[in-house]
Amino acid sequence: MAKESEIKLLGTIASSYVNRVQFALNLKSINYEYIEEDLANKSKLLFTSNPVYKRVPVLIHGDKSICESQVILEYLDDIQPDSHPLLPPAPLDRANCRFWASYIDTKFFPLYDEMRRTRRQAGKEAIKEQMIEATRLLEEALIKSSNGKAYFGGDEIGFLDVMLGSCIRWMKFIDDLNDFDTFDEVRVPELGKWAKNISSHEALKSATPDKETLDVFFAGANAHRPPYDD
Amino acid sequence: MADEVKLLSLLGSPNVCRVEIALKLKGINYESIPQDLVNKSADLLKYNPVHKKVPVLLHNGKPISESLVIIEYIDDVWKGVPVLPQDPYEKAQARFWAKFIDDKCTPAILKAFGMEGEQDATEANGQLQYLENELNVKGKKFFGGDSINLVDISASFLAFWVGAIEEASGIQLVTKDKFPKLTKWCDDFVNCQAVKDSLPPREALVAFFKGRFGN
Repeated sequence: MAKESEIKLLGTIASSYVNRVQFALNLKSINYEYIEEDLANKSKLLFTSNPVYKRVPVLIHGDKSICESQVILEYLDDIQPDSHPLLPPAPLDRANCRFWASYIDTKFFPLYDEMRRTRRQAGKEAIKEQMIEATRLLEEALIKSSNGKAYFGGDEIGFLDVMLGSCIRWMKFIDDLNDFDTFDEVRVPELGKWAKNISSHEALKSATPDKETLDVFFAGANAHRPPYDD
Repeated sequence: MADEVKLLSLLGSPNVCRVEIALKLKGINYESIPQDLVNKSADLLKYNPVHKKVPVLLHNGKPISESLVIIEYIDDVWKGVPVLPQDPYEKAQARFWAKFIDDKCTPAILKAFGMEGEQDATEANGQLQYLENELNVKGKKFFGGDSINLVDISASFLAFWVGAIEEASGIQLVTKDKFPKLTKWCDDFVNCQAVKDSLPPREALVAFFKGRFGN
């Protein structure tokens, strides 16, 4: 078991990617020291531990730093394989997890920042269509992967549950501002149930920001990467 | 039961090439099935319904899509000649750089040649410098050390396609004085047997890009 002083997590409480790592650390009962970064005033530690991206999350393990949330999740599985493994054992199932993880981070989750930055209603409607299609695909993926159980990982929370579960809070925040419901139980019944279920899990709840925190984060996002001039 | 391995492929595709390098490195016998991306086959639509793209690996009829996902799958199944390091930290580093190449490097390179938006090499020069530094720090022939690994394979586009685009467009990006280590790495990488056997013919690639640049 990794000692508390050995593992540090650089993050900001509002970041879904940071929440993702916290969710995984909680599931695996790994003790760690959390260091809150002020993204408007980045620390020397952040610059030296993540010189390429200069962003959070960064996992610091002893004298080594690991960056990018999905890479960190796989690293945690590699160093603590017996404590709540995230990836399944079979290569094909692992490939399925990695495929959907890539889809979530390159195709689905970016839609929410697009939505935030798009002012015109026509643009917003087009993004909603993409969100509807994405959730349709994820609903199918959930049904296939869960085998009738509660999670993408089956009986236990798995890799995709962590990858997607950590995004729910921010997605709901953007939804509320745009008259949309990503996890509508009429449109995507299984995904809707899954979202409710996972949001109430202790390991995620403790890693989830409240509305006030998200309001501040949203304002910061608007300042740093403002809405488009369209 | 003998393994049946097929690859839905496309001549000239860097991502397909990546997978072929991994397969050849491990000595895996496979059948390449070239695809027509304009008139997509029933198989392509069936086996990659989400993205409808190549490469798609079919292992005993089961499809796997996305080149980096495929390479990790290949490493998981066929244990000889690993493309990922064993050590968890080194493995994480390899995954980090492979992702960096796809997320940041390649888009910046396309921008540098004016193939995506207005032509501007500033970002590419910055991203390539990270790779140059990484080779410097490692002090070895390849990102994988003495032999190629996931990172080297991920950078196939940089190693071979960029040279062809430079010749076709007249725009120089990866020069010896700016990127001495990277330039040497390109030469060493394309000379590896598994890579040589997987690359498309250079003249055809240059001709293709000359067409794109209207030269």
